[in-house]
Amino acid sequence: MAIWLTENSKIIVQGMTGSEGTKHTRRMLAAGAKVVGGVNARKAGIIHEGLPVFGTVKEAMAETGADVSVVFVPPAATKAAVMEAIDAEIPLCVVITEGVPVHDTTEFWAYAVSKGNKTRIIGPNCPGIASPGKSNAGIIPADITNPGPIGLVSKSGTLTYQLMYELRDIGFSTCVGIGGDPVIGTTHIDALKAFQEDPETEAIVLIGEIGGDAEERAAAFIEKHVTKPVVGYVAGFTAPEGKTMGHAGAIISGSSGTAQAKKEALEKVGVRVGRTPSETARIMREIIKSR
Amino acid sequence: MDLFEHQAKELFAEYGIPVPRGIVAHTAEEARAAAETLTGRVVVKAQVKTGGRGKAGGVKLADGPDDAYEKAQQILGMDIKGHTVRKVLVEEASQIAEEYYFSFLLDRANRTFLSICSAAGGMDIEEVARQTPEKVAKVPIDPLTGVDRAKAREIAIAGGLPERALDGAVDIIEKLWAVFVDEDATLVEVNPMILTVDGAVRAIDGKVTLDDNALFRQPDHQKYVDKAAEDPLEARAKELDLNYVKLDGSVGIIGNGAGLVMSTLDVVAYAGESFPGQPKPANFLDIGGGASAEVMANGLQIILSDPSVKSVFVNVFGGITACDAVANGIVSAFKLLESRGEAVTRPLVVRLDGNNAALGRKILTDAALPGVELVDTMDEAAKRAAELAAVGA
Repeated sequence: MAIWLTENSKIIVQGMTGSEGTKHTRRMLAAGAKVVGGVNARKAGIIHEGLPVFGTVKEAMAETGADVSVVFVPPAATKAAVMEAIDAEIPLCVVITEGVPVHDTTEFWAYAVSKGNKTRIIGPNCPGIASPGKSNAGIIPADITNPGPIGLVSKSGTLTYQLMYELRDIGFSTCVGIGGDPVIGTTHIDALKAFQEDPETEAIVLIGEIGGDAEERAAAFIEKHVTKPVVGYVAGFTAPEGKTMGHAGAIISGSSGTAQAKKEALEKVGVRVGRTPSETARIMREIIKSR
Repeated sequence: MDLFEHQAKELFAEYGIPVPRGIVAHTAEEARAAAETLTGRVVVKAQVKTGGRGKAGGVKLADGPDDAYEKAQQILGMDIKGHTVRKVLVEEASQIAEEYYFSFLLDRANRTFLSICSAAGGMDIEEVARQTPEKVAKVPIDPLTGVDRAKAREIAIAGGLPERALDGAVDIIEKLWAVFVDEDATLVEVNPMILTVDGAVRAIDGKVTLDDNALFRQPDHQKYVDKAAEDPLEARAKELDLNYVKLDGSVGIIGNGAGLVMSTLDVVAYAGESFPGQPKPANFLDIGGGASAEVMANGLQIILSDPSVKSVFVNVFGGITACDAVANGIVSAFKLLESRGEAVTRPLVVRLDGNNAALGRKILTDAALPGVELVDTMDEAAKRAAELAAVGA
């Protein structure tokens, strides 16, 4: 089954004609994803990478039946692009763009809520979502893993890839990179809930990092609602207070947002937390083998 | 990016928010001159980007120019929670009748904006919030509608501000919202907002955090970058467009992707525990997904110009850019550094994993770069890098 993205998903790319958009459209197609078109108001009507470019998301949906949009537009244009996707009521909008001002994200999130949350937003500043063997929406390298029973949700791109690769022999149902910004659409909790309900997913990897309290909230959710085994990893134990570590959201403010607090919250509800990515993979391997 | 108090207040003043008259001084002499320009008693306030200044002795009342000189001399050069005081704000003292607290901030957890208001402001606001949370009002703000006069009034009343301060406070709150939105701030805090003995409401402290992601549309914010406090290596890295944070260990770190690099720091610190001197990571450096030769060369150059670095750990996961490309990048980086006259002389541990890992390792083995060791796994490579740093120390 996979979550949110399946072999039937039809993908359009907002910002397809730009350099990143072009490169990753090619990669998504190569990975077997059904990319059906692009959106660029100024280039409507042209064919790019063998695909039609439409003026609006709405038009692209009407013409192609698309139900997923991947956003590659620059930070200054991201808010407008996402709001357009929300207005068109596309079921899934994956925002890859890094460097979006947090006021813009907060505003388009509020806009999505005001419109009844008909569009699931993943990101911004995320690698996207991949259901190995089925589809790929974003920039996750498709060729590092295989289909299988593990679900993965992570704030970090490369750590996601590391785990996908280490556990490639077991494989994944869906891997969701939710992004490293302070405000994001889809959260760890949303993914946990979907994985819990997905019959194909047997166990879940949850990757977090310093900043905010998303992992603590995820722990509280796991305690109440998740019966499938969850293995955790948290990055940033050695990060100093008050410094942004690469991701805009990865910052310890005072005593809040530390890796230690997140690890403890997860362990308290029975989640086994690896000390390194490889140990995390090892724990997951043990769990799958013992089932 | 956090602003100094004086910068926050200059910004407030631009938006018409009443603040006391003040002058920034970098020396005790300048503080004396500032006090001569101002009227009456003055407050000499340490300018550091951290809280708890008052309690640390960084804020002192002065009776006149000579006293301001004395007080500035005491405060300048002080260390407050690791921050050196390089300048003070000399400000006309206010006749305080009451102290309130007010802030707008980004509420990450609820993905919205929040206002916090309390009639019990001042130095002990955190204690007040802990012991009597009912005295601290938290009012969510809808990002789509924002704060108008009516909303500002609602917040002030929720915070328990008295009738006599209401009009003045509402006016300030409305203007603070303009600062928050128009300047792309993630925090705008006034503690205390005061009622003076003659009934005026003023901001006598200010704390502002700006969103670095908004710099493209806030070119003015560049002026707030604190060059003096910036680590020289961090400043150079920034010029080269590298995502670098200086830490205090001896193992230099290069990796791709923020999460993987953070994780690398942890794994190195963990591995270092079992070696003499317990080597720790010397830096955070994310060279991004691409990991091109030039970026790799720039990264290595920055890291190797840190004299405390005894070994370097290059930890790359080959995804979109496969490991053979990364390996070629490392080989070219060595050549590039040599041509710049900065040949690599400290040991380098390289771990390549992911797409075309075997090919990447072969390229590095064949190149036989001096001091480069290949280790297959991240955990083992971290151990080796820590060991080399311990030996080199």
